[in-house]
Amino acid sequence: MEVDMVQTVVFIICSLVTLGAAFAVVTSKNLFHSALFLVLSFVGVASLYILLEAPFLAAVQILVYVGAIAILIVFAVMLTRRLMAKDLVQRNTQWGWAALGAMLFFVALGLILLRVNWPVVEAAVPAETISILGQDLMGRYLVPFEVASVLLLVALVGSIIIARERE
Amino acid sequence: MTIPLHWYLIVAAALFCIGLYGVLSRRNAIGILMGIELMLNAVNINLVAFWRYVAPTASAGQVFALFAFTVAAAEAAVGLALIIAIYRSRDTVIVEDIDLLRG
Repeated sequence: MEVDMVQTVVFIICSLVTLGAAFAVVTSKNLFHSALFLVLSFVGVASLYILLEAPFLAAVQILVYVGAIAILIVFAVMLTRRLMAKDLVQRNTQWGWAALGAMLFFVALGLILLRVNWPVVEAAVPAETISILGQDLMGRYLVPFEVASVLLLVALVGSIIIARERE
Repeated sequence: MTIPLHWYLIVAAALFCIGLYGVLSRRNAIGILMGIELMLNAVNINLVAFWRYVAPTASAGQVFALFAFTVAAAEAAVGLALIIAIYRSRDTVIVEDIDLLRG
């Protein structure tokens, strides 16, 4: 009973941190603050992965999202700053319709997923998940793995060429 | 499993809708990209929740989530390179002012 209660409380705290930080990302007037709240949101998602007993994915989330993507976003924010901050308004003219649409979509999604009978299995996670994951990546999922490597190579070369200084 | 599956799904749906609002209502291109990253994170939470609750002994759910991480990283890199290139030539990243193709 104790563990159940603690787990529920931890889940609620992690979810509120994630969702609150995400809300601050999309409503903040200062773009740099948005980038920092984005980091907090990514860390919240990593904590949800730990609750879901996927610690490897939590580590990958922090490495890739916080360590690479969020830093890239901070660099881009700093490289595209204008000296005069005359565009202080960060909301465009259709923000009302956007909020209405997003809320309606959330209500629709919530109603649908509360009514579906999900085929939940009461099984435990195997002890060596990471070993099974590694073997599957090199065995069953070898082709998608290699394709992902090619994709990363293309993205790397492409973004260097696109963002290069023109002489 | 004390936390029902649909709690995770509702958190993921809420995160997705917050990211959707960000994409639709921000003027800065980098702000839009941040909304896209939030949506990708929501999808990953869904994948891992379904892996844990529906098929924890198979690794397909985690592999799917790993490939989603990879694709999101590649897309963020290329997107930000494009935004920096646009800023160099147009001196703006407000998407309303980037209207060269508009008729």
